[in-house]
Amino acid sequence: MNKSITAFISGAVFAAGLGLGGMTQPAKVLGFLDLAGAWDPSLAFVMLGALGLNIVLFRFILRRVGPIFGGVFQLPSRKDIDPRLVTGAALFGVGWGLAGYCPGPGLSALAAGRIPALVFVVTMAAGMVAQRWLDGVLDGASKGAAAKPARG
Amino acid sequence: MNHFTPVASLIGGALIGLSTSILLLFNGRVAGISGIFGGVVIPRRGDVAWRILFLAGIVAGSLVIARLLPEAFPRESVRSLPVVAVAGLFVGFGTRLGNGCTSGHGICGVSRFSARSLVATVVFRVSGMATAILTNHVFRGLR
Repeated sequence: MNKSITAFISGAVFAAGLGLGGMTQPAKVLGFLDLAGAWDPSLAFVMLGALGLNIVLFRFILRRVGPIFGGVFQLPSRKDIDPRLVTGAALFGVGWGLAGYCPGPGLSALAAGRIPALVFVVTMAAGMVAQRWLDGVLDGASKGAAAKPARG
Repeated sequence: MNHFTPVASLIGGALIGLSTSILLLFNGRVAGISGIFGGVVIPRRGDVAWRILFLAGIVAGSLVIARLLPEAFPRESVRSLPVVAVAGLFVGFGTRLGNGCTSGHGICGVSRFSARSLVATVVFRVSGMATAILTNHVFRGLR
C-alpha cells in the first residue's frame, strides 16, 4: 500500500518536472537537439537540475541497506558495453530526434489529450512488442544453431 | 521561436530528480519510464501494480500541469503524424533493446555513474541531435 502511494507521488512529481522543464514541448526538445538551428539550451538545464540533485541524493539513499518500504534496491548490475546497448540507444535517439518525444513526455502529453502523443505512445508500445518478438526469434535461431552438431 | 527558460528548466529538472529519488528511496526502483511502461505493455506477474500507479501519477501530474501551465502542451504539432508514428516505433524498439531512455539511463544511470548509462546517454544524445539536424535542414520532407 505504502509503495503504491510513493509510486503514484513519484509519477506525479515526474510529470510536473517534465511540464515545468519544457520536456513536453516537442518544438523545444527539437530546438535543443538541433544545434544547427536557433539553439535553445534550456533542456541542458533540466539535466543539470536532475543530475545535480540526484548525484547528491542517490549517494545518501544507496548508503542504506535497502529502500524504506522494504526489499532491496533493484539496480541494473551489468557493466559491459555490448552492441545491444549501443544499437538500442542509437535507434532511440533517431526516434527522439524525429519527433521530439521521449517516453515520459509522450505519456504526459497523451494524458493532456494531445493526438500526436497518442500516436506516439501506441507505436512506441508496438516497437516494444516488436523488439521482444525479434528477440525471441533470434534467441530461438541461435539455440537452434547451437543444437546442431558442429560441422567440420 | 523557442524561449530560453533556464530557471523553469532547472526547477523542472530538480523535480524530475526528486521524483526518481523518491522512487529509489521508498520503493527501491529505478524511475526509467521506458522500462516502467514496457513492464505494463509486456507484463510480468507480480510486477505490474506499482508501474500502473506510477503511470497514473504521471497522468495526474500532467492533468494538473495542463491546467496550471497550458503552454506545456502546445496544440500545434511540429511533425506530421506518420513521422510521429515512425518515431514511436524507433523509441519503443530502441529503448527496450538498449534497456533505457532519457530517464533510466540519462538521469538515474548517470547519477550512479554507471558506465553503460553514460555510454547510452552519449549515443542517444548524438543520434538524436544528428536526426534533428538532418530532418530540420537536409531531409525537410521528413517533417
